[in-house]
Formats: sequence, structure tokens, C-alpha cells
Amino acid sequence: MRGLNTALGAAGLAAFLALGEVVPRVGIVKEAYFPPTSRIASALWDELTDGAFWSALGDTLTGWALGLAIAVGAGIVAGVLLSVVPHLREATASTVEFLRPIPSVALIPLAVLLYGTELRSVLLLVVYASFWQILIQVLYGVQDVDPVAEETARSYGLGTWARVRHVLWPSALPYVMTGVRLAAAVALILTITAELVIGAPGLGATIAVAQSSQAVPEMYALIVVTGLLGLLINVGARTVERRALAWHQSVRGEVAV
Amino acid sequence: MRRMTIRLLFALALPAVLVAVWWLASDGSTNVYWPPLRTILKTFPDVWTGDRLKTDVLPSILRLTAGYATAAVAGVALGTVIGSYRRMRAVCEPVLEFLRAVPPPVLVPVIMLFAGIGDTMKIVVIASGCVWPVLLNTVEGVRAVDPVMKETALSYGVTGAARLRTLVLPAASPQIFTGLRQALSIGIILMVISEMFAATDGLGYTVVQFQRSFAIPDMWTGILVLGMLGYLLSVVFQMVERRVLGWYHGLRAAARRSS
Repeated sequence: MRGLNTALGAAGLAAFLALGEVVPRVGIVKEAYFPPTSRIASALWDELTDGAFWSALGDTLTGWALGLAIAVGAGIVAGVLLSVVPHLREATASTVEFLRPIPSVALIPLAVLLYGTELRSVLLLVVYASFWQILIQVLYGVQDVDPVAEETARSYGLGTWARVRHVLWPSALPYVMTGVRLAAAVALILTITAELVIGAPGLGATIAVAQSSQAVPEMYALIVVTGLLGLLINVGARTVERRALAWHQSVRGEVAV
Repeated sequence: MRRMTIRLLFALALPAVLVAVWWLASDGSTNVYWPPLRTILKTFPDVWTGDRLKTDVLPSILRLTAGYATAAVAGVALGTVIGSYRRMRAVCEPVLEFLRAVPPPVLVPVIMLFAGIGDTMKIVVIASGCVWPVLLNTVEGVRAVDPVMKETALSYGVTGAARLRTLVLPAASPQIFTGLRQALSIGIILMVISEMFAATDGLGYTVVQFQRSFAIPDMWTGILVLGMLGYLLSVVFQMVERRVLGWYHGLRAAARRSS
């Protein structure tokens, strides 16, 4: 069954690539706007042999990883703190609900003014956007803690720290992992966006340069790279999630089927 | 009554403190980039008068609505088709996963090639970014329709449009709404970015224009407007969701009570 699905998926991918080759060749869309797959592939190859491409990729990954790490750390600490300290959750709920939906791109002009095209501009946007994903998931996760387990820990005289470590954290971990997975994707989007719009060095800025210099196949090649990067991050986040939750019902159930 | 007051107090205390801190901390500010809150608030009504609302805010909202609606309809329709046929799903899955993984803002330069820099470009950009979460969540939702219900519908001869309306779409609707919620924030991001790139009006354009002309208090009011817009849209979305999915949340709450 799995083999068949893989084969069908590969066929779908091949058909997609072939369509990309044929459609511009027969002139359904202009080749200048949408180069055939083979041209994009050769442009991609040229990029891969170019040192500038690798340093741009490195810049993008640095911005992504650093931003995500800061957001995950801050989100977990803030989330646990808000849930452990009495009434803090209630007192901050309205503020969190207000700040969360503010689109992070609204901060672009501010980031440009404060930091120009430095890495810090990118980080400002990435951290703001991914922080909320983590925080909200931690808060959900803490709410989901089994009250019986919590009471049991209390009656055995476990202190606050021990309860956070042995009861709250394991219960919240599946939610935290979902948050990390969502935040990883959001962080990539915002990293590339910041580079594209602000001009901070990285893949986004390279795409903007390719676009303004009419290097259309190169532009598509770079977009394919960002897509592959996104794919890799998704798969990686899922793997980490499965590892970290190997003991958990949801993952164990998944493996058994 | 007392509990209501306490809850209200809890809800308002922190925002009030934050605003007060911002007000006081920035009051004597001579830093150009962080103007006093007082100046920002004084600038606000001057900048966002009826005229600007009509020339900048309204076009932005219309583009967002058009793009988002297109994405919602296309995503649900395609997702239902793909989700209903196992083979089709297997064929499409890798391609869809890849297309979803492309960060939506990089589509702006591509779509500019095809559609120029007019309203069409912006609507297409918004739609093409929003469609993936809706599509993939619909596929998941349709796939997970309870098999017993499916069999029952089949044996009662409920097929075609009736099956779709009474079984498949309601069963998938919690998932569809998850997709729509994710699409909303992507939509706002894309609206702002497409306007920052190439536009003559719209919120994104105006805010960048203020920043470039160093009208810093005006820029701050623009950021505030974008923030309020994001907040308002998410409130509206929650209201719609509560309405449409009321039966589902009720069911879940009942299940939790009985377990």
C-alpha cells in the first residue's frame, strides 16, 4: 500500500514537472514569464555552483534558526510563568489576545528605521511572529494538565518547580511541539519576507535582485530553493516532534497502525 | 455582578498599565524614532480621516476580502475533490506539500510578472498564499469523515450534492475552519507586502511612504491601524466560527463532561 502511494506521488510530481516544461514550450504562457522546467533546473544548477548563493542560504538559515530559538525560549518561559503564577494568566489574557493578531509585517517600517538591513531587523519580525505561536500552545497545553495528576503531585508535597518539571511539562509537551512546528514554518516565511522587503542579506534579497534584473529563470530557481527549504523544515520539525514524544499516546498510536 | 466586575478589571488592568507605561516612558522622548505617545495619538485623527479611509484602508480591505474569498472557495472545492479520492490524494500529495512549503511572499515578484502591479496582482497574491492551508486542511477533514456515517449515508442512498451538503462538508468543517484561521493571518501579511512592493494606495503603501519621508508619528499611527485591523478581523472570524461551529463545540463539551 505504501509502495503504491509513493509511486503515485512520484508520478504526480513527474506530471507536475512535465506540465511545467510543456506549458511554456507550446506557448500557453510566455516563456519570458514562466520558463520551462529544464531552464529553471539549469539555473538552479548554476546557483548551486555559485558561492554567493550558499552565503545567502547561510544568512537565511541563521536568521531563521536564531529567531526561532529566541521565540521558543521566550515563549516557553513566558507560557509556563503565566500558568504557574496565580492570576497572571487572567491578567494577561486580554493583552495576549490583542497583541497576537497584529500582523508582524506592520513592524517592517519600524525595523527598517531602527536597524536598517541588519540581522536584527529580521530577528525583530521573526521573533514577534513566532513567539505567539509558542506561547498560545504552551497556555493550551498547561490547561490540558490532568487535574488528578496535579492534585496527586500536590498531596505528595512536590514543590512548584518539581510539579512544573514532572507534571506540567510532560503534559504540555505535545502542545509545545505543535507550537514549535507551526513557529518553524512562520519563522521561515518571516525571514524570507524581511529579506525580500527590507533587503537584509539572504535568499529573499537574492530573489528581489533577480526580479529587478529580469533574471526570471534564476528567480524561479531561488523560489524552488525556498520551497525545498520549507519542506525540509516541515519534515525536520515532524521528526523532532515524533522523537520528543515517542512515549506519548498520540505518537505511539500512530506507529502501531 | 461582582464576578463580572472582577473579570473586567482583570481584562483591563494590564492594557491600562502598558499604555500608561508607554505614555510616561515616551513622554519626554526626544528620540525621533520613538515619539511620545501623546504626539502619536494627536497625529492619529489628522492622518486617518475620512479621505484616507476611503483611498487607503478601503482598497486594502477589499483586496483582502476578494483574495481571501477566492482562496476559501477554491481551497474548499479542490480540497473536497482531492480528499474524496484516495488515488488522487496519493498523486497530488507531494506536489501540494511542496507548493505549501514555498513561503507565500516570494510569490509577489512572480505574480508581478504575470499580472503587473494593479489590483489583480494583489488579489492573486493574497489568494495564492491563502489557498494552501485551506486546501490541505479540507483534504484532511474530508479524509477523516467517520466511515460509519459514510456507510450509513450510502445505504440510505444519500449521494451527490446532498451527501456533500449534509455529510462531508459539516464533518470536515472544524478542520476547514482551522485552515481558514491560518489563512487569515497569511492574507493580512500578503496584503501588506504586496502593497509595500508596488502600489499607489493601500495601508502597506502608506505606512512605507510615511517611513521613507520620515513622518515618524504618522508611521506609528499606520502601525497602530494595521494592528487594529488584524485584531478586528480575528474578532470577526471568531464570531463567525462560533456561529458556524456552535454545534461542534457543544458536542465536544458534552463529550468531555461525560467522559
